[in-house]
Amino acid sequence: MNRIKYTSPLLLDGESTVAVENNVRLYDGDQKTSFEGGELIITTHRILWGRPGQIARGQTCLALHLNLVVFLEEESPSAFSFSRSRKIVLHLAETNDSPNGPQLTSIYNFIKLSFREGYTNNVLSLLNNLMQTRPWEAHIPSPITQIQPDKPNIPTIKQRLGIVGIERSLQQKQKETDDNINMAFQDLSKLMTMAKDMVNISRTISNKIKEKQGDITEDETVRFKSYLLSLGIDDPVTRESYKSDNLYYESLARQICSFLEKHVEEMGGMMALTDVFCWVNRARSLELLSPEDILNACKVMESLCLPVKLYEFSSGVMVLQLSSLDSSSIAEATASLIEDKESLSAEELSQTLGISLTLAKERLLTAERFGKCCRDDSIQGLIFYPNLFLTKDE
Amino acid sequence: MPEVEIDWPWQYNFPPFYTLQQHPETRSKQVAAWKSLILNYCEKTKNYTIDVRDTNQCPLFNNSTINRKLEPDIIISILGELQRTGNAAPVDKAKNRWEIYWHTLEEWATIVYDFINERGMQNTVVTLYELTQGEDSIDTTFYGMNQDVLIKVLRVLEGDRKCELILEDDIQGAKFF
Repeated sequence: MNRIKYTSPLLLDGESTVAVENNVRLYDGDQKTSFEGGELIITTHRILWGRPGQIARGQTCLALHLNLVVFLEEESPSAFSFSRSRKIVLHLAETNDSPNGPQLTSIYNFIKLSFREGYTNNVLSLLNNLMQTRPWEAHIPSPITQIQPDKPNIPTIKQRLGIVGIERSLQQKQKETDDNINMAFQDLSKLMTMAKDMVNISRTISNKIKEKQGDITEDETVRFKSYLLSLGIDDPVTRESYKSDNLYYESLARQICSFLEKHVEEMGGMMALTDVFCWVNRARSLELLSPEDILNACKVMESLCLPVKLYEFSSGVMVLQLSSLDSSSIAEATASLIEDKESLSAEELSQTLGISLTLAKERLLTAERFGKCCRDDSIQGLIFYPNLFLTKDE
Repeated sequence: MPEVEIDWPWQYNFPPFYTLQQHPETRSKQVAAWKSLILNYCEKTKNYTIDVRDTNQCPLFNNSTINRKLEPDIIISILGELQRTGNAAPVDKAKNRWEIYWHTLEEWATIVYDFINERGMQNTVVTLYELTQGEDSIDTTFYGMNQDVLIKVLRVLEGDRKCELILEDDIQGAKFF
């Protein structure tokens, strides 16, 4: 009981009320005290007890800081008791604080809270929670003295007067922004150094892979490279090996080639890369390829002398086309088609050949570049005619 | 403008003729065809001026049978090509009005001077009206010539000291030497 102090019921900094119970009596050890029928407030920091209305009026009440509580338990009601009264035993630690409480000494190391009418909140578990989280440690409250000795409040004098003051405040602001910028760039430079390390690591590993080409399987190499790529690390070494003699892409290129050659032929010797992507992935069902892989595989096709190769139109549209087919033969073929039909629009050509609109337009433009046809650009659209300007005699 | 039967070239009914071609060789052929067509047409219709702003009514640039017409900016660029060979000249700064010379001014000058020589009209004063509307010149190619163009032709002769222009209010003529 000697741990309990008189104090103001005002909450401390960072303290908040957890639960309120009525009709509570305090026991010193096993002995009843005169503090009965009071109001009990459990806060995050303390247990407050006051006579009804006392706390609300802000008058002095009793307080027990929770950091003194070592252990708590519920006293099992005796077999003969029929009352709803419940008791909680709080075992307390020793304290050396100069007592400022209702009782200066006590032979007991525990107090009891007796709830005459039981409790509405589950006080026991609430308190146990508080004991575990120990919220009062987050903010160590300064001991509250009830009445502060009337010290003359001396505000810290800031010299804000005159030009000196203005200059000083400007200086201070400058310093603040300086500090902020420094902090920000510290982080950035940290990031940069880290990135450098990452790139170095990836480089050493890829070098190792190069040295031990035989020891590591092809699959593992590719997998590792894909990891690096997914990390967003663009290693020039790995990149180079991509372009030149990467076995993976070569075999992929051969596979795509053997599968698509027939289809490309059917489509008039040309297939847009988007179509290639769909066809290939459709055929592979679950083992899907990324667009980038396909593009890279298509890029090596020409060096492998495969029957199809990648071709990029001047507009940037990329297609796979038969190696036997070159632009001039495309132009020739398209021109003869135009000759047959007298005039052709991209729509008509795409329908006749069963190819996409972009491809049809590219074919017509190719033919035009070779001077095999000429354009008629009117409100009816872009229509191509045989190049009579060059072929017809005056 | 007198109704003149014009035998249009085959290009006139070829729709791509009315779109500037991308292929350089094709384009040069196309432009060449346009140039000769414009000169021929103007010569046939005795048209000494073209206004780019009202080419919509002109059958030269507007082929209603195939519903195609040449855009003004292309017309201007073709007339610019004609200007380089001395077959056309813009009258205003905006290049809307053009004079067309199916004979260059120098060629015209020779034609006019030959006519004067044939008639032995040196050292006499001939009015501009006489030159272009007179009975003597009915059979000449410069009959009905635009007066502005005629003055330019005579200025060429003047530069060669073959005539002297007299441009008074009451008399507008030239004295040939």
